[in-house]
Amino acid sequence: MQARVSVTLKPGVLDPQGKAIEGALHALGHGAVESVRQGKVFDVALKATDRAAAEAELRRVCEALLANTVIEDYAIAFPGEPA
Amino acid sequence: MKAAVVVFPGVNRDRDVARALKRASGHEPASVWHTETRLPEGTDLAVLPGGFSYGDYLRCGAIAARSPVMDAVRAHAARGGRVLAICNGFQVACEAGLLPGVLMRNADLHFVCRLQHLRVERADTPFTRAYAAGQVIAVPVAHGEGNYAADDDTIARLEGEGRVAFRYCGPEGDPGHAASPNGSRNHIAGIFSERLTVLGMMPHPENAIEALAGGTDGKGLFDSLMG
Repeated sequence: MQARVSVTLKPGVLDPQGKAIEGALHALGHGAVESVRQGKVFDVALKATDRAAAEAELRRVCEALLANTVIEDYAIAFPGEPA
Repeated sequence: MKAAVVVFPGVNRDRDVARALKRASGHEPASVWHTETRLPEGTDLAVLPGGFSYGDYLRCGAIAARSPVMDAVRAHAARGGRVLAICNGFQVACEAGLLPGVLMRNADLHFVCRLQHLRVERADTPFTRAYAAGQVIAVPVAHGEGNYAADDDTIARLEGEGRVAFRYCGPEGDPGHAASPNGSRNHIAGIFSERLTVLGMMPHPENAIEALAGGTDGKGLFDSLMG
């Protein structure tokens, strides 16, 4: 089963990289861009075929390593599956 | 004083800190590979050295913090054993839960490599007793992710419990934005654990032990540990 995990900075946590990207976009004339926050995406292939089991395993994976929950949130999605 | 330097793939200051420890104690510290599951018998001080463990992949220190040897380091710390965590080691210690908070990307996004003034916040700890409280020392910093961050409660607790070890400052000890290399909250350069047995710091005292190489202000930390 294929899953996509997104790890993003919690709201309020300063994101200097996102700010720099935002500034660069403004400099390129993309004034319509209000703000940018940078995050990470992990495409994970799982042995599980059951979606609930896959999600439970991914939560453990996120808590164990993929996210530092002091500053980051994570979201789990299954792009190939019906929602 | 028996010391063990933990070596992760990608660290580069392990020999520097081993040399500083040997100069202070007369004994060569043990070198412990990250796949080990225990520290040498009788280890008093575990050192997490600086460098770029695992190439800073994922988050600085994140992968090293989950390596087998870290269970042994946590057990050592839980028993009251001392841990000195420098630069990347500080990042590892935070990721491993030995110290609170996180080291984020420097506020101005630049890797900073320079001699930096620090104020020694207290001199009644096993790591700082060779200094005087309030003393200003000059020690190199070299990092891209040294911006100490934690939630308001954690910062208040660290301050309230006297757990800030070093603060970035100007040459006269004046804290100020211009003196901070990375935007750390409250100009925090290093912190102690609750029992003052774990010290995490971004600056490199092990690189300030030779007059020929820019100063000796870092020696006090190693002399303190021997006392």
